[in-house]
Amino acid sequence: MSAIEQMEKYSVARSTTASKGAAVVSAFILIVLISVPFWAARSDLRTVVEFAYYLSLAQMWNLLAGYAGLVSVGQQAFVGLGGYMLFVLAIYLNVPPIAAVFLSGGIVALIAIPTALTVFRLRGAYFAIGTWVVAEVFRLGFAQISVLGGGSGQSLPATIVREIGSGRSEREMIIYFTALFIAVLSVGIVYWLLRSKHGLALTAIRDSEPASGSLGVNMFKTKLSVYVLAAGVTGVVGGLIFLQKLRISPEAAFSVQDWTAAVIFIVVIGGIGTIEGPILGTLIYFVLRGLLADYGSVYMIVLGIVAVVVMLKAPQGVWGLLANKYNLYLFPLRRRLDRKNDLER
Amino acid sequence: MQNTLLEINEVHKSFGSFKVTDGITLSLNQGEALGIIGPNGAGKSTLFNLVAGGLKPDRGSIRFNGSDVTQDPVFKRCHYGIGRSYQIPHPFANMSVFENLLVGAAFGSGRKESDCYDPCIEILQRTGLLKKANKQAGSLTLLERKRLEMARALATEPKLLLLDEIAGGLTEEECLQLVDTVKGIHASGTTIIWIEHIVHALLSVVDRLMVIDFGRKLDEGDPKRVMNNPKVQEIYMGISAE
Repeated sequence: MSAIEQMEKYSVARSTTASKGAAVVSAFILIVLISVPFWAARSDLRTVVEFAYYLSLAQMWNLLAGYAGLVSVGQQAFVGLGGYMLFVLAIYLNVPPIAAVFLSGGIVALIAIPTALTVFRLRGAYFAIGTWVVAEVFRLGFAQISVLGGGSGQSLPATIVREIGSGRSEREMIIYFTALFIAVLSVGIVYWLLRSKHGLALTAIRDSEPASGSLGVNMFKTKLSVYVLAAGVTGVVGGLIFLQKLRISPEAAFSVQDWTAAVIFIVVIGGIGTIEGPILGTLIYFVLRGLLADYGSVYMIVLGIVAVVVMLKAPQGVWGLLANKYNLYLFPLRRRLDRKNDLER
Repeated sequence: MQNTLLEINEVHKSFGSFKVTDGITLSLNQGEALGIIGPNGAGKSTLFNLVAGGLKPDRGSIRFNGSDVTQDPVFKRCHYGIGRSYQIPHPFANMSVFENLLVGAAFGSGRKESDCYDPCIEILQRTGLLKKANKQAGSLTLLERKRLEMARALATEPKLLLLDEIAGGLTEEECLQLVDTVKGIHASGTTIIWIEHIVHALLSVVDRLMVIDFGRKLDEGDPKRVMNNPKVQEIYMGISAE
């Protein structure tokens, strides 16, 4: 059969009915989210900002662990570095705070390169522990820098806070839109990456590392790129988090519980190795947190139980269950070969 | 004059004190089909790993298409034109059959993704997988998985194709289908090394046969002559040379 005949008979489709519907719903949700600052309460605004940064952190951790097989428990290193870079840039280099948030990500990505070359020498559980050790080294290191407040940390000076926006409402609105932009950007980057040729490599690495190498995928380069990209975006999120909090300390900046354990929970519950999983996981995490807010430490125990049950009963997460049951893919990442009446669906 | 595609010179590989490959030397011309047989644990798959780059030899060298590739990583050897299938299939289980091939075509041959669609469709037709193109690779039968291993390796446009026990576990009819496919690949000019326990399938394709035992080359040459070698019959089929 000639190539021309094939071209006539087959075409490669990317989108599905579900994905088209999801795109419309996503656009609607985005419009609603853009309107939130104009009608919602201040506390709701803060919740959405928090949702946005957890969603971004979850997308990045999922890219690392769910696709590139890099199970890091040290992403708090990049959150903390992003936060500290924001303070350094804004206080000592007079960079406007919002610009400093994004610039922090760039600096963090650069720092991630030598970090990667160190931790990439380790495999599996050793890699996980190695990343945690690196984060601890950063925490202890920053606690020694007295100009950044040492162990007790420091607050963002009032003059810089006023640079974000003159009044409190204006500041909160600017931070809200920055957070929304970062969340959309994170999902967008992951979507673009997975839909591209690099996505084929990443999905292949997720499913079988030996076969990926034999088919010409440069695993080291792919993993390094993903690690640096995830670190950069995580750094931007770190900058945003501490711009909202207006105060930073080594304990808060490099907290494994806040910036990695919670994020792992979100991705595992939602569904690792999918874009939809972290979105659903972040929703579940916020709902559980809201419901259990009044129960103190019981909250952590319940989260732990939920995580264990999901890992045992549905290792693919809640989204994995739904996707398998209804053959549902909201993000059109697949490549489907279409020819009428010839292919088994 | 025929061009030498692969040269393995005095290659040694040990795991601890266990010598898995013990000074094997082999030369393969372009367009040849070589069969490799030997008892389990003789070092056949290790030899493939050494050629494909999954393992590095302790001593010796491997030249491919005129260049020394001994220290090159797996993905580079794929780019040079060494394609391989695995004895135990390694499908990308959550990707479709078509996407599995696209990985090989896009990264092995280095083309733009959209330029890979037509060659992949053609390979799916050749390997009888076209009707399964949109199936998840994890849901395939054993025969289909073995075909996918081969199809994916072909998508990288290999000059040399290493087939590792692709007929194992198949029914006689499935085996015949597979032999036809391999014959077609060989006829199209691809050089093949095929490790196989199902000797009649192997002998219907290869021009040359090599026998490995305890990591050493026991015999090599015309398949019929090699199979009649009493030593080969003794170690491989349990027929005493006495």
